Amino acid sequence: MINLSVDRQNAWRFRAPSVIPGFGITFGYTLLYLSLIVLFPLATLLWRSSELGFGGLYAVASEPRVAAALRTTFSLSFAAAFIDLIFGLIVAWVLTRYEFPGRRLFDAFVDLPFALPTAVAGISLAALYAPNGWFGAYLAEIGVKVAFTRLGILVALIFIGLPFVVRTVQPIIAELEIELEEASATLGAWRLQTILFVLLPPLVPALLTGFALAFARAIGEYGSVIFIAGNIAYISEIAPLLIVVKLEQYDFAGATAIASIMLAISFIALLVINLIQAWSRKRFGHV
Amino acid sequence: MQKHGFSIKIEGVAQDFGAFAALRNVSLEIKPGELVALLGPSGSGKTTLLRVIAGLNAPDRGRVLFDQEDATYLPVQDRKVGMVFQNYALFKHMTVADNIAYGLKVRPRRYRPSKTEITRRVEELLRFVQLEGLGSRFPGQLSGGQRQRVALARALAIEPRVLLLDEPFGALDARVRKDLRRWLREVHQKTGLTTIFVTHDQDEAMELADRVVVLNEGRIEQIGTPEELYDRPASSFVISFVGEAVALPVTVADGHVNFAGRELHIDTHGLPSGAAKVFFRPADITVASKGNGEIEGRVESIRRTPAGVRATIAIEGYDQTLEIDSPIDQAASLGEKIPLSFTKARVFPADVPDFDDIADGI
Repeated sequence: MINLSVDRQNAWRFRAPSVIPGFGITFGYTLLYLSLIVLFPLATLLWRSSELGFGGLYAVASEPRVAAALRTTFSLSFAAAFIDLIFGLIVAWVLTRYEFPGRRLFDAFVDLPFALPTAVAGISLAALYAPNGWFGAYLAEIGVKVAFTRLGILVALIFIGLPFVVRTVQPIIAELEIELEEASATLGAWRLQTILFVLLPPLVPALLTGFALAFARAIGEYGSVIFIAGNIAYISEIAPLLIVVKLEQYDFAGATAIASIMLAISFIALLVINLIQAWSRKRFGHV
Repeated sequence: MQKHGFSIKIEGVAQDFGAFAALRNVSLEIKPGELVALLGPSGSGKTTLLRVIAGLNAPDRGRVLFDQEDATYLPVQDRKVGMVFQNYALFKHMTVADNIAYGLKVRPRRYRPSKTEITRRVEELLRFVQLEGLGSRFPGQLSGGQRQRVALARALAIEPRVLLLDEPFGALDARVRKDLRRWLREVHQKTGLTTIFVTHDQDEAMELADRVVVLNEGRIEQIGTPEELYDRPASSFVISFVGEAVALPVTVADGHVNFAGRELHIDTHGLPSGAAKVFFRPADITVASKGNGEIEGRVESIRRTPAGVRATIAIEGYDQTLEIDSPIDQAASLGEKIPLSFTKARVFPADVPDFDDIADGI
């Protein structure tokens, strides 16, 4: 609590609170790097799309095909990130808490979606879930169609988002001592109460971070999705694909317009998640 | 606070962790309201025994009884034991008050006290552990000693049948430890709870406990009051682990103790002939007048202590030193050869390892 007030006092001052020299050069590098790599391209994007003006942006956004693609991208990204949140937590828990043969191997598998070229992932998923694929054939029998539908997009987005949740939550789980569970049990709490009241709350900030990362990644995902999605306009067409389509038609203004809209929505979504996270850190983060 | 303690009976409890036998056939009876210390070096099984009583470990063999009721397979949740963990295991995302209230809040609705009742109990416990007004703090904002008291209040909140503490003062600095020891004694007197604590610190065990259980390699070496342990140690392990002692290798032949070809006048208590070890407490060795010493040694170093001096003395011809406490006016000078006699000594067979042998192995 005391720290907070100190922070506020010095909020607008440059501080180099370290004995290691080089604050100036590292700070300068950080600014330059962020500007060159992140802010400049984004600024270019905004500048390009500003040629259209707000009216033009709105016109592009309200094109039925664009609106449908944006809805597909954001709703499926959210759903995928949410599913990753639940299963990522379980995977992280098992990999951190239990000892079993091959644990390190499974732990390494988690990173595969990071490392795999997304196109490879997309092709393998499409092959698996296609109506004649290993999974697809069985799913077809019970009447579930995955490949070339929105469900296919969801599967691809879940696949690429999983490591984000697992990797952000794992270190926090490792910090939770077994004694916490034992203390909870000696106090009379049953397993579910221990999970809900003792184990989950300290994980909330990390879970939200993992969710935000998986969500952000899913929004921009292109390679793994287009192979399995079937890319049917109004149904299974994602916004990034639509950008490529527009570019191929030399509609640069349209492409940048969609990009700007995606940027704006992503920014707002991540801001909201970050605010929730800041709140949760205050609430649960006394670790 | 209730004024009733449960009796605890442990019958032939054994537990193995793979090839390692943590407890081997341990039996122990604890009277209602007693304050008992489980004392032993690391790996002696003292924490395992505490966890068996708590229900956190299920023993491979044997039974645990609370007031004659078999509790061996009673789940932890139903045992009503107040456990204070070594690292306190406080819930860091909850306030102090929420930590203390936790055990009441998780009760099934039928047995759960009302909200106001819970608040009242938490306030009462905060007062009891002298943390009034700190209920809204988080554990991270408290000192080590305060955290420990929160852990204790949390354990007491469920009105436990027994209070179990695992190395209660292990993580605290020396001064806080002293205060908390006295305070824990008070808590025990006020609550009247049967209390068992684990420690590797013999001072702590001797100062606090009514009875001390000395454990070594999964077995009980001796159960007794502090006086009994000091005055009538049952084994070479006990005498070397509890209090300071020096050992000299001797041989026993027909009730006579021989050291370096000379007879020492010590009662062998019927020890059979063979190799043995004689143990002395530093305070039981005195400087004798010329010609009356039982053994002779050369003064190697002299150190001042609050009460007098402590001298390290090398036994002639042996790679062996012993320490003696002596009043200041009797102090010998460095390098001097002096005769020593002893007022008390104990002989134990040499083939049983004592604490120093075990400690050397670690």
